[in-house]
Amino acid sequence: MDFSIFLQYGPALLKGFGITVLCWLAGTVFGMTLGLVVALIQRYGPRWLGWIIQAYIEIIRGTPFLVQLFVLYYGGPLVGLRLDALPAGILGLTVYGSPYFAEIFRSGFRAVPHGQIEAARAIGMAELAIVRRILLPLGLVSSLPALVNFSIILTKETVILSIITVPELMYQVGRMSAETFRYLETNLVLALFFWLLVEAISRVGRRLEARITKHLVEERT
Amino acid sequence: MQAASVDIRKVNKFYGPFHALKDIDLAIQPGKVTCLIGPSGSGKSTLLRCINFLEEYDSGEIRIDGEMIGYDAPGRRMPGRKLRGMRRAIGMVFQQFNLWPHMTARENVAEGLIRVRGMSRAEAGERAAEALEKVGLGDKMANHPSRLSGGQQQRVAIARAIAMEPRVMLFDEPTSALDPELVGEVLNVMKALATEGMTMVVVTHEMGFAAHVADQVAFMEKGELVGVDSPARILHEPEDARIQAFLRTYHERNSF
Ligand SMILES: Nc1ncnc2c1ncn2[C@@H]1O[C@H](COP(=O)(O)OP(=O)(O)OP(=O)(O)O)[C@@H](O)[C@H]1O
Ligand SMILES: [Mg+2]
Repeated sequence: MDFSIFLQYGPALLKGFGITVLCWLAGTVFGMTLGLVVALIQRYGPRWLGWIIQAYIEIIRGTPFLVQLFVLYYGGPLVGLRLDALPAGILGLTVYGSPYFAEIFRSGFRAVPHGQIEAARAIGMAELAIVRRILLPLGLVSSLPALVNFSIILTKETVILSIITVPELMYQVGRMSAETFRYLETNLVLALFFWLLVEAISRVGRRLEARITKHLVEERT
Repeated sequence: MQAASVDIRKVNKFYGPFHALKDIDLAIQPGKVTCLIGPSGSGKSTLLRCINFLEEYDSGEIRIDGEMIGYDAPGRRMPGRKLRGMRRAIGMVFQQFNLWPHMTARENVAEGLIRVRGMSRAEAGERAAEALEKVGLGDKMANHPSRLSGGQQQRVAIARAIAMEPRVMLFDEPTSALDPELVGEVLNVMKALATEGMTMVVVTHEMGFAAHVADQVAFMEKGELVGVDSPARILHEPEDARIQAFLRTYHERNSF
């Protein structure tokens, strides 16, 4: 094995990793936000809107991310949506992730005991206040492990963005492999970077979970 | 006689084809304690939950201090705002406590004062502390529900309701989820409330409480209100065979 090539390609790889993290972070944050909005509309919105959203969830979940990305990037201009590779990639990840996030939130909300919502209604709290003060905090807590889990899955979907020429890590590794023919080394480095990212996310996730569930579980003595 | 605090007239309730409440008539006088007893599935919870409109009734009317709850006119739902305004005056305590687990005892009690009565945090905190003192939990204010016993949780739930200064309190089997040794502390708080003159409707299987604290006892079976009378008349010399049968089973189960 020959790792000397990394002297030459190091900066490009680091930059690629930076873009990978950026795409992942933006896609996760926007995807979660969209998913949350979708889940709230499903719960409180009119029935017909719920059906439309259900159809959207089925379509996104039923098609490969690659296909969605092609449609967005190459089909978009046909309807006037002309995006650069990076924003297209982030938008693609957002759209792709949102229905999964929506489902996670939906089941998180369902895990909030109905009695706790009724208790709030019984003292005369308005529905919006109930959402803000009871449903969201408790629903988020029960959603957290699944949210972290899906965010980790999303890290690996970012490699697909290389196909529409987003200069993220996979793209750089591909270029480097093609120029040096060192496929093993380059892909090992790719794996290492992803492992680092995933490890960091799951650590943060576990910390967060421990922190926010501190008061929710009964003390073990 | 004074006007009733809660006036239930010809109330019917259906779950699909199932007739859960059948022409219920019941008047609850201010400052009095009414216990609702009867076999499981007889509609006690349903009736109680109709009083604050957590459950819709299909016909008849329920008036709180003269004002009909849930409907502006028969068949026409009242706006949510108005319903919420009426619910402020009706406290409810649930079998499962239903405290909010992410808030401390004090925050649980203060929440309604802040969100519903529009108090400042400081004022709500003061009032919450007073309410918790009153149920004997002055030293547990900073505990989350997970750090409270069942009896303590239920007392916080009572504090949460009384802090809103309701005109009527509804209790749905408040001690049924508790270990036997914790029942007493909750019943004592309820007795104290009754002594202060709180108007209370209590669904319970605690016949002792009904016998000693209630001003009237209502017996339900299969969606019907079979009898309403003084505790002595219902519990000791019931005329209706259905009440006699219920009490017989009760005594058999509680003797050993
Ligand atoms: N949401 C619902 N949908 C359909 N049927 C219901 C519903 N809620 C209650 N019922 C039925 O209505 C009847 C009365 O129920 P309710 O809970 O009022 O009984 P209860 O007297 O409080 O009984 P328990 O002592 O067991 O609490 C029962 O037969 C129950 O199965
Ligand atoms: Mg019941």
